[in-house]
Amino acid sequence: MNGIHDMGGLTCFGPVRREPDEPVFHSDWERRVFAMNLAGMAFLGPVDRARHAIERMDPAEYLTTPYYEHWLAAIVTMAKDLGYLTDEELRTGRAAGGKTPPHPPPTADMIEALVRSGMPATRTDGRNEPRFRVGDRVRARNLDIPGHTRLARYVRGKVGVVTMHHGSHVFPDTVAHDRGENAQPLYNVRFEAKELWGDNVARRDCVHIDLWEDYLEPAGETRSAP
Amino acid sequence: MSDHHHPHDRPPNPYHQSARSPERDRELAERVAKLESLLAEKGLVDPKALDRLVEIYEHDLGPMNGAKVVARAWVDPEFKRRLLENATAAVAELGFGGLQGEHLVAVENTPKVHNVVVCTLCSCYPWPVLGLPPGWYKDAAYRSRVVIDPRGVLAEFGTTLDDDVEVRVWDSSAEVRYLVIPERPPGTEHMSEEQLAALVTRDAMIGVAKVAAP
Repeated sequence: MNGIHDMGGLTCFGPVRREPDEPVFHSDWERRVFAMNLAGMAFLGPVDRARHAIERMDPAEYLTTPYYEHWLAAIVTMAKDLGYLTDEELRTGRAAGGKTPPHPPPTADMIEALVRSGMPATRTDGRNEPRFRVGDRVRARNLDIPGHTRLARYVRGKVGVVTMHHGSHVFPDTVAHDRGENAQPLYNVRFEAKELWGDNVARRDCVHIDLWEDYLEPAGETRSAP
Repeated sequence: MSDHHHPHDRPPNPYHQSARSPERDRELAERVAKLESLLAEKGLVDPKALDRLVEIYEHDLGPMNGAKVVARAWVDPEFKRRLLENATAAVAELGFGGLQGEHLVAVENTPKVHNVVVCTLCSCYPWPVLGLPPGWYKDAAYRSRVVIDPRGVLAEFGTTLDDDVEVRVWDSSAEVRYLVIPERPPGTEHMSEEQLAALVTRDAMIGVAKVAAP
């Protein structure tokens, strides 16, 4: 989906604004939203579904609301999509039946264990044999992807060089939509600034971005590693 | 550079968090309390688990972890080698890792290469070593512009680079998380690892600043 969240390369937002002595959270509701989002992943996840729920926010609202309102929107959207909550329940604050989760929610100890162990995105049950090697020239495919994707618009159609092979990772475009993990090789690709932005930018600079194999196609001759 | 500096060709950011107001905050507090009681009643979340999560991210994790990693890399070349080769494993040696740090990559600043990290699509950030990201990292201004005008954005942080320095911007588009190893400042040769860690800032590990000499 070509959404407002995909903002790499826009220059219309003015200078970066920093908040001196910024606290981790500004209000208690931010704390609860942050924690509900993480703990709720047991039933509402995976993370790419949460990201896509944010991407589906009204774009004007996306730009004008503080960050944790995005996470709030994600919890509500996912819980409604999955049939756990209704608008009526959200309005009244009173549960009115509906779907119940298949097992009890994670306890504090289970959550702490999850924070410590993490949730690796690497898999061995998908496509493991990399099609590209470090040093290969690749083109990011120019695709119109209707749902969730991590193929940022600013690299589509551009040519770069593979700098790392990260192993096979869960594919966001399908896992976000319950179409399977489809793990496949993930690469880091270096794009020169002038390839991305034009001839009048600093030529020495570059952007490195992680791209899944299905986002890439060969771009002619290979050259040695940069 | 002060927060009030605006490059004259750009308007002030109209999307900044001026959206916050006490009224809005009260409204959100009510909505969120309702949502939490609903999710708890339906057995989707355990409020005690939420308390624990907040505690961990507000108190246990933060840039002090990453600073220890950087200081170790500065004093121990063997550790630095392992860190650059497999940051997830090297960081685990110091007891750090887990959620949003499952696949870590460390990138090293040198006199000729300056690295800076962003997530243009959302807010990906290496939580186990840096904690939760600052607001500006998640705001439109930084996410949109640091890829196309990294030198301009760095200048807003007071970081100016010579023309012959190569700027590498790392866009965290997958579950791989990037940590910048800043350059060790001059005049720190006799400092202990602990003293060095105290010099290392969050911004230096994102790559928008350098570590200042003591």
